[in-house]
Amino acid sequence: MLKDSIIGFWQILRSMGVTLRYFFSKPVTVQYPKEPVRLYPRFRGRHELRHYEDGPYEGLERCIGCSLCAAYCPTQCIYVYAGENTDEVQRSPGERYAEIYEINLLRCMFCGYCEEACPTGAIVMRREFALADYSRESLIYTQERLLEPTTPHAIILDDGTHHDGVHQNRGHRDPLPENA
Amino acid sequence: MDWVGDFWIPVIKAVVIVVALLLGGAYATLWERKIGARFQVRYGPNMAGPFGLLQPMADAVKAIFKEEVNPGHVDRLLFVMGPGISYAAILITFAVIPFGPQVEILGQEVSLGMGDISVGLLYLMAVAGLGSYGLVLGGWSSNNKYSLLGALRGAAQMISYELPLALALLAVVVIVGSLNVSTILDFQGDWPMIVLQPVGFLIFLVAIIAETNRSPFDLPETENELVSGFMTEYGGIKFALYFMGEYTAMVVNSTIIATIFLGGWKWPALISDLHPLAGVALFLGKVVFVLFLYVWIRTATPRVRYDKFMRFCWKFMVPLALINLAVTAVVVALV
Repeated sequence: MLKDSIIGFWQILRSMGVTLRYFFSKPVTVQYPKEPVRLYPRFRGRHELRHYEDGPYEGLERCIGCSLCAAYCPTQCIYVYAGENTDEVQRSPGERYAEIYEINLLRCMFCGYCEEACPTGAIVMRREFALADYSRESLIYTQERLLEPTTPHAIILDDGTHHDGVHQNRGHRDPLPENA
Repeated sequence: MDWVGDFWIPVIKAVVIVVALLLGGAYATLWERKIGARFQVRYGPNMAGPFGLLQPMADAVKAIFKEEVNPGHVDRLLFVMGPGISYAAILITFAVIPFGPQVEILGQEVSLGMGDISVGLLYLMAVAGLGSYGLVLGGWSSNNKYSLLGALRGAAQMISYELPLALALLAVVVIVGSLNVSTILDFQGDWPMIVLQPVGFLIFLVAIIAETNRSPFDLPETENELVSGFMTEYGGIKFALYFMGEYTAMVVNSTIIATIFLGGWKWPALISDLHPLAGVALFLGKVVFVLFLYVWIRTATPRVRYDKFMRFCWKFMVPLALINLAVTAVVVALV
C-alpha cells in the first residue's frame, strides 16, 4: 500500500506536469464565424458545374450530359437529363448538353467520385461547407445554383501540391472525337 | 447596546460576505471551465460577455426559467430541504475565516472576518459534518434506489475523509497550541504552516478534495455523468443549488487552506504591512492559487474507483495522518 501510494504520488505529479505544459500553449480552437477555417487543398465541399475559361470552347459549358457522374455516384443523388445541341443553341462542345442537372445534397456524401468520373472536368468539388438551409426542397441543388461560384469562409493551406481543388486524373481531355 | 458596533456592522458584514460567497461560487464554475479548458488546449466559454464573464449569469437565468419538477414520489419537505441544507452548511463555514486586518470604513473600526471563536477549528470540523446531511437527505427523499445508493456512497466518502482532515488539523493545533483560527494566523508570521507541516498539508489537501466530492473522488456524482446518484431527481433551481453548492464549497475550502496552511492575509509581512487592503489582496491571491490547484488536479488525474479510495483513506491516509501527528507531537515536545 505504501509503495503503491508513493509510486502513485509521483505519477500524479508527472501528469500534473504534462497538463501544466499544455496550460501554457496556445489553444487550437478556431473561433469559426470570426476566424476562417483552415482547409487543405483537396477538401471536398459543395459541387460546382464549370464552364471553359479559355481555349477554343471558351464560354461553353463543360457538361456534355453523359451521366457518368450519376452512374458512378454511390448514393445516386445526381439526376441528369441530356438535351441535344442544335445549330442555334449550342451550350456545350459536342452533341449533348445537360438540360436538367440536379444534385440532391441531402443524399450526397461528398465522396468526390462524380468529380473523378467526369470526362470533361465539369462537375468539381469546391470548398464551400456551410450548406445548412431551411427546407428540404431548397437542398436539391438545381443547375443554376450549381453554376454559382462558391464563397467559402476558409483559408486554404498549402500542402505543397499546388492543387487547385479539381481531382482530374485524366488531364484536360478534349471532348470532341475529331480532336482526340 | 451599541447598535452600530454590535448589530449593524455584523449584519452588513454578513450580507456582504454571503453575497460575495454566492458570486464566488458562481464564478468558480466559470473559473473551472476556463482554466480547465486551457489545460485542454482550448478556450473556455467566451461568448457570453467579454471573456465569458457573464456565463454564470446566463446559466443562472437558464436554471431559473426551467420548469420546476417535483416528482410525485418524493418526500416533499426533505426533497426541497436537501440542497438548502447543503448550501447553508457551506456558507456558514466561512464565518470563522478572517480575511483581512482591522480596517476603518466610514469612521468605524471593522474587523474583516465574521467572528473570532476560540474553538474555530472545531467549528470548521462540525460544519463539515453538516454538509453530508444535505447529501443524504437529497438521496433519501428522492425515493429512488439509485439515488439512495449514490447518496450513501457519497456520505460514506465524506465521513471517512473527515478523519484524516481532523488529524491533519490536530497536528496544526499541537504546534500552535490553540483552536482559534486567528491565533493560528498570528503564529504564521515568519513561515506559513505548509513549511512546518508539508505532509499535513498534503493530507489535508487530499482529504478536503474528497470532502467536496471533487476531482479524482467524484464517483458519487459523476458515475454515468452527474445524474444518477443523489442528484437524479433534481432539476432546475434545486439542481443548480447543489451544483453551485459544490463549487462554493470548493471556494470556501480554498479559503480554509489559504488561512491555515498558506498564511492567510498575514504571511509575507512585507506585503501585508503595506496597506490594510494589501492583506485582503494577498488572501484573495492565495485562494485563487488553491482554486487553480483544484482545477489542475482535476484535469490531471483519472477518477478513482470507489472501493479503492475508501481503502486508500482507511489504510493509508489515516495511518499517515496519525504518524504525522505523533511525529509532530514528539518534535514539539523536544523543541
